[in-house]
Amino acid sequence: MLPELGQFALILAMLLALAQCTLPLIGAWRRNAALIATARPIVAGQFVFVVLAFGVLTYAFVTQDFSVKYVAQNSNLALPWYYRFSAVWGAHEGSLLLWVLILNVWTTAVAAFSRRLPDPLIARVLGVLGFVSFGFLLFTILTSNPFVRHLPALADGADLNPILQDPGLIMHPPMLYMGYVGFSVAFAFAIAALLGGELDVAWVRWARPWTNVAWAFLTLGITLGSWWAYYVLGWGGWWFWDPVENASFMPWLVGTALIHSQAVTEKRGSFRAWTLLLSIFAFSLSLLGTFLVRSGVLTSVHAFASDPKRGLFILAFLTIVVGGSLTIYALRAPKVAGGKPFQMLSRETLLLINNLLFACAAAMVLLGTLYPLIGDMLGVGRISVGPPYFGFMFVLLMLPVVALIPFGPFFRWAAGDWRASLRTLAPAFALAVICALSAWLLMGSLPARAVAGVAASLWVAAGIALYALKRWRDAPRGRRYTPEMLGMIAAHFGVAIFLAGVLITESTSVESDVRMAPGETKNVAGLDFHFQGVAAAEGPNFRAAQGVIEVSRNGQLITTLNPQKRQYAGNSPVQTKADIQPGLFRDVYVALGESLDDKGAWALRIYVKPFVRWIWLGGLLMMLGGFVAATDRRFRALPARSDESAPVSATNPSHSVAGALAP
Amino acid sequence: MNRLLPLLAFLALIGLLGFGMWWNTRHETNEVPSPLIGKPAPEFKLPFLYDSAKALSKNDLLGKPYLVNVFGSWCATCQYEHPILTQSVKPLGIKLIGLNWKDQPDDAKRWLQQFGDPYDAILADPDGRTGIDFGVYMAPESFLVDAQGVIRYKRIGMFTPELIESELKPQLAKLQQGSP
Repeated sequence: MLPELGQFALILAMLLALAQCTLPLIGAWRRNAALIATARPIVAGQFVFVVLAFGVLTYAFVTQDFSVKYVAQNSNLALPWYYRFSAVWGAHEGSLLLWVLILNVWTTAVAAFSRRLPDPLIARVLGVLGFVSFGFLLFTILTSNPFVRHLPALADGADLNPILQDPGLIMHPPMLYMGYVGFSVAFAFAIAALLGGELDVAWVRWARPWTNVAWAFLTLGITLGSWWAYYVLGWGGWWFWDPVENASFMPWLVGTALIHSQAVTEKRGSFRAWTLLLSIFAFSLSLLGTFLVRSGVLTSVHAFASDPKRGLFILAFLTIVVGGSLTIYALRAPKVAGGKPFQMLSRETLLLINNLLFACAAAMVLLGTLYPLIGDMLGVGRISVGPPYFGFMFVLLMLPVVALIPFGPFFRWAAGDWRASLRTLAPAFALAVICALSAWLLMGSLPARAVAGVAASLWVAAGIALYALKRWRDAPRGRRYTPEMLGMIAAHFGVAIFLAGVLITESTSVESDVRMAPGETKNVAGLDFHFQGVAAAEGPNFRAAQGVIEVSRNGQLITTLNPQKRQYAGNSPVQTKADIQPGLFRDVYVALGESLDDKGAWALRIYVKPFVRWIWLGGLLMMLGGFVAATDRRFRALPARSDESAPVSATNPSHSVAGALAP
Repeated sequence: MNRLLPLLAFLALIGLLGFGMWWNTRHETNEVPSPLIGKPAPEFKLPFLYDSAKALSKNDLLGKPYLVNVFGSWCATCQYEHPILTQSVKPLGIKLIGLNWKDQPDDAKRWLQQFGDPYDAILADPDGRTGIDFGVYMAPESFLVDAQGVIRYKRIGMFTPELIESELKPQLAKLQQGSP
């Protein structure tokens, strides 16, 4: 009975979404206040029904209702209770429902926290979001209904894909979706502004916190995914340029460009058309990612089971949404470049370079991801380009970004003084060079990439620190750091940490594949690994072979590691579960390879990875920056309609965007 | 016109994606006629991946048909093809030679440890010379070579279970008829 109610709730939500994308838009067009006023109640209603549907599906998982096909396919009696919650989004149908739920969370947050904005604008924003929601609900109901029954009920289900049975995977998809679904808000604002023919750029100011929060969530989601891949996939990599990873990375790259171009448009009025275009692109790439992952058009190790019908639907939807919005853009984008003039050496120029490089990087990743398709089209067969292409191109495109980051805050708007900036930044440059040189001299054998990493990281970090110092000295107490500025400082500092992590890990990690018999000791990177053997172990729903390895330095025991090879119920492949001793400056990572003989000898993979945590630490700092910047009260300022540059001070603390941080 | 550019670029992208969908449904095969089919396989002599002191040449393999599979640990599609080789190609009884192409031997070994090793022998071609002789575009690719050392069939891209049924098996059957 309950699953049928879930299905009814979905259908009702879809009908409400249909109403949401028609009535308020007509109202805004006809200036009909009654129709405009329907927007918020409809949003609330749709939210209730989507939550209801999601709750019903979760309940079916928790109570193990194997008469529901989706539940029977993705869980079984032995599944621990905490994975029954995350199993809801463990496969295509449920994760689509999560997508819709999160879209509704964002829509509801926009409806709730935008009461001060002009009603017609919000009606259009909610109307656009309603259209996206309608498309996805229709898609769910027509092709991917999670509530389909399997009667008679099965006694036991199959299993949740074992690779997803991991704490990292409980949080990774929701955070990732919060991110790229969140770009729908910036998208909706842009389309609403185009539809309404907004002449000023006030809408950009209101869209900024939403974009920052979405970007921060996406950063967190990608960071979690990378961390998860590192300890679950068992070979110590943290990024693979897999099509599915790329699908989440492209919106991130364009999103990064967008938050910077929004800043220019909001403060100076320049780059109007470009900001509109990036808003459309960021969300379009999220949709494209959804298409790539779910249509089976590309093969990937972690794509969803695919079905051509689904692919066709999303392709059609993609064409309507993106094609429609680009048509609106072509027709209505501001014909006259607005904004204040700026010289060649100015903050505007630096941000323009940032935008171009990030947009190019996204295009590069898109091209590489679609390479197999292009191969088909040209008749040379399905081919794939791997990390060599992505790695090289990405580093090439990001080099100028790293070199220019510290200049950003020092250059003034309109006309920057590059001599003064260079003088101010000289200590950072000197520090980077001196430290890199001494690292090279002291450590002798340090590879060039590690030295480059140290130098680049110090250049960025010291540059940002100098800026923070300058504000501290120049600005009066209390006005020194706005949240927006603090967010920028934190995020750029995160870039420095990330750079150090990537370049040092990639160049100085020791990776050793060894054959070890029980009782044997091997020395890797100055640590002694004593292999005691492999014994059987038992988990809640798997059996495992578990190794015991004592790690010590100079006879002093540091830790005991227990890597496992797990066999879950059914015919699933064996999962390698590495064991890691994490550390701020180095990780010790041991994974079991194969059993080599019947005397207990095993192939072991022993990695010592210096600074690898800094990669994710950097990601977390960038995320923090996004959240902090979004709390700036300036973004919630009253609309200054007649003059976009008029100083605005009035704010209403009761309408805190901070509420949107934890919807 | 300027403002139409994004739309046009997007329509081109949609065209590409639509083409990909259509290709996937209609064109299960993506074999291109290769000039090498029906010609003797190029000469090669390559070290074993696991024992670089020893080498294997084309002459060593004469007398029995074999399937050369080009792979690399950097190639995402190979990872997808790998279990299919193990499950569907290995039972066919054809000798399976892995050509580890443009790869670091250590990476390849780690990769094989992770995903299993379906090959009867693996040859290392780190600088890709032999790959060029075979006319390899990109991994994965597979070449079926008969007992006389002549390439009989070539597959660009990954094998799917359907392709193995519809293409590889008939080719193998032909080989068997040809040399009773």
